[in-house]
Amino acid sequence: MSLLRIALKSAQFRRTSLLLTVLSIAISVGLLLGVDVVRKEAKSGFLNTISETDLIVGARSGPTNLLLYSVFHIGDATNNVSWESFQVISSREEVAWAVPISLGDSHRGYRVMGTTPDYFDFYRYGNKNPLAFQSGEPFAEVYDTVLGADVARDLGYKLGDEIIISHGLVSVGFTDHDDKPFTVVGILEKTGTPVDRTVQVTLAGIEAIHVDWQGGTRSGLTVNAEQALRFDLTPKTITAFMLGLENRALTFRVQRDINGYPAEPMSAIIPGATLAEFWRTISTVEQVLFVLSGLVLVAGLLGMLTTILSTLNERRREIAVLRAIGARPVNIVMLIMLETLMVVVSGCLLGLVMLYALLAAARPFVTSRFGIDISPSLPDTTQGLIIFGVIAGATMVSLIPGFIAYRRSIQDGLAVRI
Amino acid sequence: MISAGTVVKLDDVTFRWPGQSHDTIAIDTLALHAGEHLFVRGASGSGKTTLLNVLAGIHVPTSGRIRLLGTDIAALSASRRDQFRADHIGVVFQQFNLLPYLSILENVTVSFAFSRSKRRRGASTADANATAGRLLRSLNLPDDLHSSPVAELSVGQQQRVAVARALIGGPEILIADEPTSALDADNRDRFLDLLFDEVDAHGCTLIFVSHDPALATRFTRVIELTETDSGPPTGRPSPT
Repeated sequence: MSLLRIALKSAQFRRTSLLLTVLSIAISVGLLLGVDVVRKEAKSGFLNTISETDLIVGARSGPTNLLLYSVFHIGDATNNVSWESFQVISSREEVAWAVPISLGDSHRGYRVMGTTPDYFDFYRYGNKNPLAFQSGEPFAEVYDTVLGADVARDLGYKLGDEIIISHGLVSVGFTDHDDKPFTVVGILEKTGTPVDRTVQVTLAGIEAIHVDWQGGTRSGLTVNAEQALRFDLTPKTITAFMLGLENRALTFRVQRDINGYPAEPMSAIIPGATLAEFWRTISTVEQVLFVLSGLVLVAGLLGMLTTILSTLNERRREIAVLRAIGARPVNIVMLIMLETLMVVVSGCLLGLVMLYALLAAARPFVTSRFGIDISPSLPDTTQGLIIFGVIAGATMVSLIPGFIAYRRSIQDGLAVRI
Repeated sequence: MISAGTVVKLDDVTFRWPGQSHDTIAIDTLALHAGEHLFVRGASGSGKTTLLNVLAGIHVPTSGRIRLLGTDIAALSASRRDQFRADHIGVVFQQFNLLPYLSILENVTVSFAFSRSKRRRGASTADANATAGRLLRSLNLPDDLHSSPVAELSVGQQQRVAVARALIGGPEILIADEPTSALDADNRDRFLDLLFDEVDAHGCTLIFVSHDPALATRFTRVIELTETDSGPPTGRPSPT
């Protein structure tokens, strides 16, 4: 009978308390790994809010501000960019594509973004994913609109519905563009990005609803939807525009040129870099989470130490018997450490199983609700390191009961006085 | 010199716990021949346990020499002493000395876990189980009990399993520490009969420790350990 078998049988005999310990280790390991998974997915989701876009250009401002209003639709642009500047820059030979965006209106709390049909061809998010349609298609007519997944779901819109766009960002009765309704022609798939909460309309549509407006209020004369189409609907200004370059290596040169564009003060940002910079400022939260789950793990290990220490007393006879049949003190230490290892390794395995079962179960919900795809993948290096660290830490911890058992086995010898 | 057949030989053995002012045990000389039955009598606190641990090679005497089967065990390293005990010494404790998580048969074969020579003698696992089964049957523990948990046995049956565990693999020396203290008079006598039969059948030298002087008459050799409280504690072979 090997020492391992003795350890197994002995542990089996005390399985209730050990199983509880395994469970508490499993929960803390699962929590730690779970935080790691969520953290990574959240980070990669955030960093890939927009991808394949080489530059975002807006009126001169800080990079974070430009990123926030153009991509996240948070806050407002300090100023607009003239259509001429957009034309000049988008016709540069390095530029592969250019998509203008125009912000400022809203629909029942959701931002309205004017853009061109190119947007649906060139916008990429996540791992170079294009925008996909749940139903419908990109807009073709001036008064067409394409809704983000959340907008359609929360407001219960379907294809063919008509929506009214409000002027500005708060919906107050008289500022509605109620004379020029838009028709829903497309609904996008969930992306997990701000696109989900955006109402996309044509750039020309944005112009059309404002032809009879001046300085934020209706002007005296009214122009109905039909008549508006006869006006020149080329915008004079836009809020920002996205650029894709022929060659990514040219990014810095184009950026420099835009920032130094003499006719108009503009800023060009590299979205990936600005997103990463912005993430660093908000990543304290993830670190706090990580530290907290680390503390939960420490508590789990301490619980295990307590359990194993408390069994040492009831195991004194067992140890004396093993000594009598020739077990060395070192064998006794190994016995204790084997038991600890069994508890921790099964705790880690159970934790992994629990985590992946939970992730697999929650996957459809998380994908549809948050647009984050938590694909169950094999543990990566970080998780391997976490598990290795847990096992190594537990082995160190087990030296404490091991050492106590060692000293006792030498003191007690064959006789146990209890 | 050690005469042929001398299994246990102690010369001027003393043992003193660190930090104490007097010896816990002091034995001038003691020699046991193969197959002898020694009774060590002493009240609690007289150093019985210490003597057992010294004889079993757990503790090393402070001075003097202990030869077991011709080997000076104090000269061995700690792990060699453990190995020596695994190979050559069987131990029977007071009650509750079986491992509760092993079956009765496993409690006997666990003796092979740390002993190379016992394993050799017991050969393969199948042989070990057969040997253990035979031994248990000879101790009046029928086959249908062999795979049951220890807790289902009476105290007397448990003691017999303990004897089987101590005797399997044919150790030359058997040390028994108060094995009868939990038994009533009838069971005690029956247990002693059985113990003597078995050690004689295996040609084993028996060292039996107890506080109960009534048992002494059944042994060929008796030594008495005196109380530690009254003067310097010594263990002296009695003239019997």
